Amino acid sequence: MIEINTVSKKFGKLQVLNQVNLNLEKGECVALIGPNGCGKTTLIKSILGMVLPDSGTIAIGGKSISNDFLYREKIGYMPQIGKYPVNMTINQIILMIKSIRNTNQPLDEELYVDFEIDKLKNKKMGTLSGGTTQKVSATLAFLFNPDVLILDEPTAGLDPLAAEILKQKILKEKEKGKLIIITSHLLSELDELVDHIVFMQEGKLMFHKSVDDLKNETGTDKTSKAIIHILKN
Amino acid sequence: MNRILKYVFLDIFQNKIVILYTLILALFAWSTLSLEDNNSKGLLTLLNIILLAVPLVSILFSTIYVYNSNEFIELLVSHPLKRSKIWISLFLGLSLSLIFAFVIGAGIPILLFSEWDKAYMMILVGMFITVIFVAIAFLSTIITRDKAKGIGISILLWLYFSLLFDGLVLFLLFQFADYPIEKYMVVLTSLNPIDLSRVLILLELDVSAMMGYTGAIFKLYFGSNGGLIVSFLLLFSWIALPFGLSLIKFRKKDL
Repeated sequence: MIEINTVSKKFGKLQVLNQVNLNLEKGECVALIGPNGCGKTTLIKSILGMVLPDSGTIAIGGKSISNDFLYREKIGYMPQIGKYPVNMTINQIILMIKSIRNTNQPLDEELYVDFEIDKLKNKKMGTLSGGTTQKVSATLAFLFNPDVLILDEPTAGLDPLAAEILKQKILKEKEKGKLIIITSHLLSELDELVDHIVFMQEGKLMFHKSVDDLKNETGTDKTSKAIIHILKN
Repeated sequence: MNRILKYVFLDIFQNKIVILYTLILALFAWSTLSLEDNNSKGLLTLLNIILLAVPLVSILFSTIYVYNSNEFIELLVSHPLKRSKIWISLFLGLSLSLIFAFVIGAGIPILLFSEWDKAYMMILVGMFITVIFVAIAFLSTIITRDKAKGIGISILLWLYFSLLFDGLVLFLLFQFADYPIEKYMVVLTSLNPIDLSRVLILLELDVSAMMGYTGAIFKLYFGSNGGLIVSFLLLFSWIALPFGLSLIKFRKKDL
């Protein structure tokens, strides 16, 4: 589904991505992990076309994404820190994104209902708490039934109840055979969700393995323990 | 495109600064034109106010607005939209709403108080100056990520075009006073959109005789139909060049 081929990116002198190769298939739920500043967000932003790589290619569904923008119809993105125009209300934002996407497919309004966004819809984005903003981001990411879901620290800032709703939703979409990419530092929550792990360090991709392989290699029974094991060695 | 434009419009028209700008323009225009019984003199006074205030407001407001729209741009970029479309919509939204403010504030009284051929020139030039300085603002926002630096660059550019450039020209004029430099003055003038606009209107107001020999040369070059076309082409390239450059840079920018 997503093929990343020797992608490199420099910000000034800092090498943020260094010859990254990665293949992700449909139906996978991938955790993108690594220490802070290892290039996770830059890699995600490269897939979204927000950051343009210095070299290498990225293809989605067999088509290169450079000079293309329509491919983003297939992607739902939930940013780490959702930044929205402060003067627009939640309702205006949702309406605007709907009109941009301009789709006639049925919308997935499950999160909109479960997060009870209808009650808040006339509030301005600037007045919302971090958690509520994350709820809006999540709703927008799932709204258009995308084939690929990219979630950057999805549960950071959400209350336990909302985090659980989101987790259940992610599991549900995974069952439908979508590709889900999650970055997170909360290892415990990854346990239930992911089946593949991609580990990055200093802009390099260290490995891409299935969770089962990883558990066998490290002799642990939980994903979180396996990751800790790797981080220590 | 229209879909984004609609939201940009909605946002700008709610902005108090734009409303205030319209009111102040209206105040100046109505008072100068109704207090002065000689229409040309009234227009001349208004012209000087417009050539100072319109570029300043256009460039500063646009610069700050584009920096504040960073979140908006980031949001849009992650959706299926062409980058150039986003940038052009933002540019059109800002230009059209500032033009609207200018026409409501200054355009109406100018139309009411003066003859048609003078009025249309004033309004046309005002519109051009507005869009030119919005375009320059877009260029300075793309040069640096830092808001304070960007605003600084904008203020410097305004200062250069409004004040420093004239000082420079005057300096050259004194230095080379013994030589026949009138023709070069024409070239120099066309390098500054504000000066070019001023000359265009002065010619229309028939006060160019007061500018002596240089005025006559200006009349020769800018007064004819060909000269007018060249002048407006120059003004147009003052929009196209800065904005085109910013567009090229924006398409490759990392967000």
